[in-house]
Amino acid sequence: MSTGVLPETAAVYWRPRVDERSLTRRGRVWTLTTVAHTIPFCIAAIVLFMLNPVSLPVGLILLVHAWAIPELYAQRGANVLKPKRRGEAGPEQTALGLLGDLVGHDARELLARTGLVIERGRLGTWVVGEAGAVLVRGRRAFCWCVRVDDLTLPSADRIAHLLLALRTDEAGFATVANLAFSGSVGRVRRRVAEPMRPALDAARRSTTGRTAAP
Amino acid sequence: MRTECIQPERTISVMARLIRMDDTGHTTLAEWTAADEPAVEAAVTAFREQLDAGFYAVVTEGEGRARQVDELPLDAELVILRRPIAGG
Repeated sequence: MSTGVLPETAAVYWRPRVDERSLTRRGRVWTLTTVAHTIPFCIAAIVLFMLNPVSLPVGLILLVHAWAIPELYAQRGANVLKPKRRGEAGPEQTALGLLGDLVGHDARELLARTGLVIERGRLGTWVVGEAGAVLVRGRRAFCWCVRVDDLTLPSADRIAHLLLALRTDEAGFATVANLAFSGSVGRVRRRVAEPMRPALDAARRSTTGRTAAP
Repeated sequence: MRTECIQPERTISVMARLIRMDDTGHTTLAEWTAADEPAVEAAVTAFREQLDAGFYAVVTEGEGRARQVDELPLDAELVILRRPIAGG
């Protein structure tokens, strides 16, 4: 990756630049937040049941909440890779040709199979989609919501925009993007469409042993 | 869902090109060789216009590397104009 600074970071000047340490911290905070969302519902369900077993239905509703909140967050993370509606075939093919030129042979083959590009960086391995990217570091995934604001662009061009920005300034890219989810790669993998899963598998393989699991 | 296996084909030619990613896939705005002065001049003009219109110019520097440029690098094979990105 290049060492230049992404100009878009100027639009989010209040955000500290993302680095290895801040990523690890954000991952831990995310996990703690999830626990903090979940535990009170579980405790309340148990306490209610102990006070009066008739409250069982209310307790079950609370437990469903405790289960649903982390699930919704994971789904939100997986949605960053969700493909948009395809445009006309001609521009899509042209854009795909350019994107194919930008990536290596293995990534090109994976792009053809999954519609996603994987890119190794200093912070981990990225899986880049049209509306965001997933950074895989060991067993943890960071799902970032980031996009080019032009709905007329073909899908492959939207990926190319993100890929070029990522290559220009990886930390800046993560700074500009909004973190949608952080958690186990497996939780994201289960929620993305099946044809896309090989991209996450490849990213996890490439990062295992290279980056310590946070 | 992109399930059809359309194999991306390589399309970069040897001649230096300035391209803009747009709704057609991409549009070639200028082509030049260092020896062709009128072509270089036209490329520089086109480059300036696009930067003024809010595009960013990126030069790929091998796999996994790219550099943002404010001046047209005449020795580059391919200069790509992209729009700004933002958190979604």
